Amino acid sequence: MLHLPILRFGQPYRSLDVASVPDFRTRKPYVTVSQANGGLVRRDLLPQNQAQMRKALDALPVAELIARTKKAAELFAHETLPVGDQAQTPADYVRQVSATTGLPHVMVRRNLEKIRGVMENVDVVLAGLTRGLPLDILDSGAGEIAGHAMGFAPRGDALGVVLPSNSPGVHALWAPTIALKTALVLKPGSAEPWSPYRIIQAFLAAGMPSEAFGYYPTDHASAGEILRRCGRGMVFGDVSSTKRWAKDPRVEVHGPGYSKVVIGPDQADDWERYLDVMASSIAENSGRSCVNASGVWVTKHGRAIAEALGERLARVVPRASEDPEADLAPFADPRVAERISAMVDQGLREPGAEDVTMKHRGGRSRVAEFDGGTYLLPTIVHCDTPEHPLANREFLFPFASVVEVPEESMPEILGPTLAVALISDDEAFRRRFFASHDVHRLNLGPVPTQRVAWDQPHEGNLFEHLWARRALQRATA
Amino acid sequence: MSTTTPDLTAAASAARERLDAHVREIVQWHFDPATGCEFWLEWAKKAGWDPRKEVRGYDDLARFGNFQDEWLRGGPVRKWVPKGHAGKPVSLFETGGSTGVPKARINIDDFRIDYENFSTTLPDEFFPKGADWMHIGPSGPRRLRLAIEHLAQHRGGICFMVDLDPRWVIKLIKWGEIEMVEKYKKHVIDQALVLMKAHPNIQCLFTTPKLLEALCERASLKQLGIKGVFCGGTEMTPQFHRFAQEELMEGAYFAPTYGNTLMGLATHRETGPDEGYAIVYYPPAPRAMIEVVDKDQTDKVVGYGETGRVRLTTLTREFFMPRFLERDEAERERPCARYPWDGVRNVRPFSGFATTVVEGVY
Repeated sequence: MLHLPILRFGQPYRSLDVASVPDFRTRKPYVTVSQANGGLVRRDLLPQNQAQMRKALDALPVAELIARTKKAAELFAHETLPVGDQAQTPADYVRQVSATTGLPHVMVRRNLEKIRGVMENVDVVLAGLTRGLPLDILDSGAGEIAGHAMGFAPRGDALGVVLPSNSPGVHALWAPTIALKTALVLKPGSAEPWSPYRIIQAFLAAGMPSEAFGYYPTDHASAGEILRRCGRGMVFGDVSSTKRWAKDPRVEVHGPGYSKVVIGPDQADDWERYLDVMASSIAENSGRSCVNASGVWVTKHGRAIAEALGERLARVVPRASEDPEADLAPFADPRVAERISAMVDQGLREPGAEDVTMKHRGGRSRVAEFDGGTYLLPTIVHCDTPEHPLANREFLFPFASVVEVPEESMPEILGPTLAVALISDDEAFRRRFFASHDVHRLNLGPVPTQRVAWDQPHEGNLFEHLWARRALQRATA
Repeated sequence: MSTTTPDLTAAASAARERLDAHVREIVQWHFDPATGCEFWLEWAKKAGWDPRKEVRGYDDLARFGNFQDEWLRGGPVRKWVPKGHAGKPVSLFETGGSTGVPKARINIDDFRIDYENFSTTLPDEFFPKGADWMHIGPSGPRRLRLAIEHLAQHRGGICFMVDLDPRWVIKLIKWGEIEMVEKYKKHVIDQALVLMKAHPNIQCLFTTPKLLEALCERASLKQLGIKGVFCGGTEMTPQFHRFAQEELMEGAYFAPTYGNTLMGLATHRETGPDEGYAIVYYPPAPRAMIEVVDKDQTDKVVGYGETGRVRLTTLTREFFMPRFLERDEAERERPCARYPWDGVRNVRPFSGFATTVVEGVY
């Protein structure tokens, strides 16, 4: 059986502790993955070792790291790369990710393309994140811009990333790290060990120094060690698994997005024009991303919008993994689907909410079996008030609540929201969103919430996470 | 790898005869009104049968059923002191403090005997006679408090000690105070390093797996002058064993152990890459036995190589504990030349419990 080793400073290490990852359909082992013991992780991440990892990158100018990242993008998307002691074509990669996560092939390909795009355009991404900073300043540590001395200091030698299994697209967030002269220590999601491994292999094949890469499949406690030990960190997960890191400024937390589509009062009567934007925000990528909308918040016509969305999304049904039309992903672990559905049902028992998709399902459960997979069918809930327990919830499938709220209560009433598709031409209404502390990404106009420009910061700015502006003064002649 | 040979079969048969004789002697002692303890004498009255007459060998211990965990939780603890030991100084060792009232076992000389026997398994080259010891780990109400010091003294050494309170660590973990756990661990290792650097005759180390890792993150065992490491107290995986051998020992001898307050101290059979760094233990027969039983039918011993729940039996003049079901599981291991009786392989927390217990915190 295919086996994925640990990568210690880029070198494969086969552990005696091995986890087996099943095929989502058969539940039979599909791949085994070496598990790093805690002591090994801690030893590899001793400060002097992290310094060596970074030193390997520091020897190369940023321009060269960018060129090699671009080359890695092509290799990742198009070439055969090692996976354990076997070879992996891009088609193998798509099939393997699909087998253990359930994501249909078409979605894996879309995510592959997203990762490739960020790596290919890493110079543009970095220009956006640094606001056009000449990046050779990072090579020398100091320079001058518009007559001002400018210096930057790395905040850490390595970025430790604890990754999820839900969708490979998240890897686009950390992929520019290497070009920023920072080593990578990755803890893959248990069901999706493939993408980080393949990205590392692409970097290595593009000539990046192997010492700069760590790949440590491991348990929850040792994942915590990665975040604790690395100079900088990034963690993905639900509220309960990430709250420990919420107050640690070294760690960027990527939890639930609670992203929303908002239709302003000026556009409210034209809501039907925006049905595509709403549906795609909710359901694209099978609703698995933090930038997928979990709410549609409007000033009027809430009921009608909910009914229309329900009717539209009820057409989304399970299809075969290989079907190019597949737009719904099954759950790798069927028990997770059951649990999520039970949580929705529990919320619906509170008066004031209705699952408007139920009638389109003929009253059947939203948990559906198809071709050996367990799916959650898209669910739209109409909530009478924003206080209802389901009004501002996020689940790992195409789920959204439609809520009608007074114009003057927005955006405060939205609460923390990662991405807002703000459909309004009302300047005063828009300005209130610009002034909000709680809204992170703003897509102005009918731009779906999941449409992400990677040169924009996402739940924090990767450049600012990895580099700090240093005060710099020189002696005058 | 152990195999069955005629010599081994004969040795196993002789060991079995010794065990049966030992069982008869121990049962006589514990159920004789002149020498037995209050607990077992009362038990026999209620049971309505006389173990002294009916127990002829090890298999007859089945008549006692499984020793109940609860019997050791709560007092009066003197009910466990055999009358035959009346007037001797009694030590009390606790275990299982993370799950309610701790289990308590009285001890007079057992820990000395156990550790002196264990001492014969340590190679002098790596645990030199006359060398001093460093104990980094739990002390307090645990047997280790006296046992490691006795082992050091028995081998002509002096034992330096740094304490760690595992019950506090468990609380910190339950509260999510991981940073405080790290600070506490650092505090423990700081103290040990001061002593180890100041006393060059410290050549032998006892510590737990996690503290060993933490120590080696801060210093080189070789540079500290450590030649032998006796490691135990919590679960060890083959991967940890390999990691310790390959990356931490730097030529020092690694002696993993499986011991607990109720049983005594099991000794390991050396393994390496050819056996996947399995951790194989043998009990100190006939003073204690370890068996692997079916997790659902606990009166049935599983076949060699099969997985089951660990069952302990202790047979000393201080403590009689027939068929106690541990919180561990393992594979049953064949006898070997040095230990011609059953052993266990890769002991780990029992997976059959509905709730998890915080294990291996120190």
